[in-house]
Amino acid sequence: MGSTAALFLARGGMSTALIDRGPLCREASGVNAGTLTLHMTRAALIPYAIRGWEMWQAAEDWLGRGVAARAVEGLSLAFTEAEEDLLVQRARVRQAEGAPIELVDPVRAREIEPGLNPAVRRAAWCRIDGFASAYLTGRAYRHALVDAGADVREGATVKGIDRTGRGFTVRMEGGETLAARRVVLAGGVWLERMLGWLGVHIPVKCLVNQLVVTERIEPVMRTVLSIANGLLSLKQFDNGTVLIGGGWQGIGDPDMGGREAIPENLVGNIRLACHVIPALRATRMARVWLGLEAETADALPLLGDVPGVPGAYVIGSVHSGYTSGPWMGRLLAQHILGAAPEMGLFDPARLLDQTPAGQETGEAIPL
Amino acid sequence: MKGAGVRAEQSVDLVVLGAGPAGVGAATAASSAGARVVVVDENAQAGGQVYRAPPGTYGIDAPDTPEAREGARQRAALGESGVTHAAGHRAWSISRDLAVDAIGPHGLVRWTPRTLIVAAGTTERVIPFPGWTLPGVIGLAAATVLLKSQGVLPGRSTVVAGCGPLLAAVAVGILKAGGRVEAVVDLAGARDWLAGVPDMLSRPDLLRQGAGWLAALAKARVPLYRRHAVVAARSHGEGLAIAIRPVDAAGAPLPSGAERIVSADCLAIGHGLVPSTEVTRLLGARHGYLPERGGWIAETDGDFRTSVPGLFVAGDAAGISGAVPALHKGRIAGFAAAHDLGLIDGARFDALAAADRRALARAERFGRAAARLMSPRPALAATMTPDTVVCRCEDVTRAEIDAAMADGADSLNQLKAWTRCGMGPCQGRTCGEAAAMLLAAHVGGRDRARFWTGRAPLRPVPLADIVGDFDYDDIPIPKAAPL
Repeated sequence: MGSTAALFLARGGMSTALIDRGPLCREASGVNAGTLTLHMTRAALIPYAIRGWEMWQAAEDWLGRGVAARAVEGLSLAFTEAEEDLLVQRARVRQAEGAPIELVDPVRAREIEPGLNPAVRRAAWCRIDGFASAYLTGRAYRHALVDAGADVREGATVKGIDRTGRGFTVRMEGGETLAARRVVLAGGVWLERMLGWLGVHIPVKCLVNQLVVTERIEPVMRTVLSIANGLLSLKQFDNGTVLIGGGWQGIGDPDMGGREAIPENLVGNIRLACHVIPALRATRMARVWLGLEAETADALPLLGDVPGVPGAYVIGSVHSGYTSGPWMGRLLAQHILGAAPEMGLFDPARLLDQTPAGQETGEAIPL
Repeated sequence: MKGAGVRAEQSVDLVVLGAGPAGVGAATAASSAGARVVVVDENAQAGGQVYRAPPGTYGIDAPDTPEAREGARQRAALGESGVTHAAGHRAWSISRDLAVDAIGPHGLVRWTPRTLIVAAGTTERVIPFPGWTLPGVIGLAAATVLLKSQGVLPGRSTVVAGCGPLLAAVAVGILKAGGRVEAVVDLAGARDWLAGVPDMLSRPDLLRQGAGWLAALAKARVPLYRRHAVVAARSHGEGLAIAIRPVDAAGAPLPSGAERIVSADCLAIGHGLVPSTEVTRLLGARHGYLPERGGWIAETDGDFRTSVPGLFVAGDAAGISGAVPALHKGRIAGFAAAHDLGLIDGARFDALAAADRRALARAERFGRAAARLMSPRPALAATMTPDTVVCRCEDVTRAEIDAAMADGADSLNQLKAWTRCGMGPCQGRTCGEAAAMLLAAHVGGRDRARFWTGRAPLRPVPLADIVGDFDYDDIPIPKAAPL
């Protein structure tokens, strides 16, 4: 999101520096499951996710090179009666926000995805779904940013930001400083402490999502699969590897990063995947890693002005942020460049420590 | 087995990973000092690579060599000790609290020890060249396994190439087993070997063994190409046409040197051994780059404690010096673990470790001299032409790696993400050294190139083994994501 905002700001004529303490897009945006789905997107964010999905599919056009985005259908599955109820409820609210979701019976579900466990009771079928190879994100953006004339600084750690009469002084490790009229904070799970540099306190939770990838196998599935409660994401890439995700938790925090997987949670996540596509039992787990995801008190984005600090903006915690990320970054750039954003922002002021959690203000759209 | 509690969880004092000489030394030493010890190893029998036992199913006897006798002695010592030997178990996850998750013949097992000793040995380094993925091209270590434990020749005729003591061991092993060696192609020159002689004199028996090997090769009239490298292999009839060229001390082909072709149906090649650091990287121990000892190794104190409390590393995984030092390193680490567990006091530890310390000092001089011959030679990267596949799991060529570096990849992790190099089932064990060598040349040294982040699983694990037999109700599905 920081990269997209920087890209459109630089293209909009603003002199832009993008600072990252590590290599570009190596945190959440480079290590997430790459799911481009509406099933797991919060209902209120469906219109944003659809625009984000479109941007990823057309990345070659606006980004210069893509992230191997694929458009396929997605199925969310119910295996119990309780899951059926949940499935219907979640499908309805998403349909209401414009997601092309249709409820289908097991026979139809297995026509759509022949590898599916016959024990499925019902499925929600969405024609807009897909996936990308998230690890290519930094490479694509780096090219575009350099082409757009942005000053890309990787491996550069910011120690703090001071407000000055004309804007901000960004203090870097090693003593260097950078003067800027405006700053955008796009630090994911580190946003809480970055906002703290400006004296603003907004709590940001840190989820530690486990991801599993298998070795290459013959095609065993063609769609993106999830289960009713959202705790599985499963897809097979063109190269034959299968990625198993869904937000099962590992150990980590903003200080130490993603530290380690919890074996019990790996077993649970993989059981779920093997239950959905039984053919997966025959493959091997090749690699496990962790991705940190930010979540606000109301699980909706931080997108807009930093409250009480003119010239400072924040973007992040977008929940299914990879799908919607490019669109969110573009909206923020429109706002900063002085145009009316094409969709409403999510005013961070609603989340200030003293306001009750969940209370939305400003331009946020209702659930 | 059904349900979430599939694991038989066992609390022990010490888990030792690896049942080679370091692991057997560590386990038996700690056990003799009163520790409850489990040694975990994938193989059916203890011994590691050097003291590998023939598989029982083959019905062949180990040849009567000093190595075979030492291997039998170590297996007997392990059997008579109070150590639990979890043979046929593959450790796949190790947590920061040192809990070890493994898969064995009866499913998932978890041990929760208070200390952990990594005795994982080494991985062979093979720097790619055109044709290195052809059938018939194998590692020196693989040739050793074929000869030593299975009694099988790697080919009817073989070219043995690379560097270090394994060269002569494999070539002589082939001759003894009745095979033909078409050539020995050694990156080192006579001077490199002679430089090691003063240190090697610390083990006159091994030096004599080496001299005997050279004599055997001379007697069989095996051509010995010193300061030469294999630069390509091509299919030729049913065998291989192997191109070799003279190189300088760093491994760079000499511009004036003529290429020579040798035919054989097998090429056994290895460019040295690399300490296995999967576990110490996974657990975040501090590492240092010491090329003369094999590359990146976990930093340890004199008793083989790493920077992670309760975690030790012993044997060649703690720096290459060979099987004999590995046994002593393991024993010292085992006694130190017993000390840290509170089973023996400092004076007792010093008394128990004294003999191994003396023996280690002697044996390491020889071992380190041999290890220096196997140090990485950065200029050898020249054998990787643009079309050469560097990562054979993911088919990543050198040209693709060069392109990613030109695009701004300046760490091994970013290089991996942008090219998929190291993402396949070998988990980077085969291509890691080559990729690091290329990146190091680009960013100014292996120190700056760093290393791949350690990730679970330690080895690829079949999903069927992980999930076991279960019902949908057994899956502890977390609460639903927000609507």
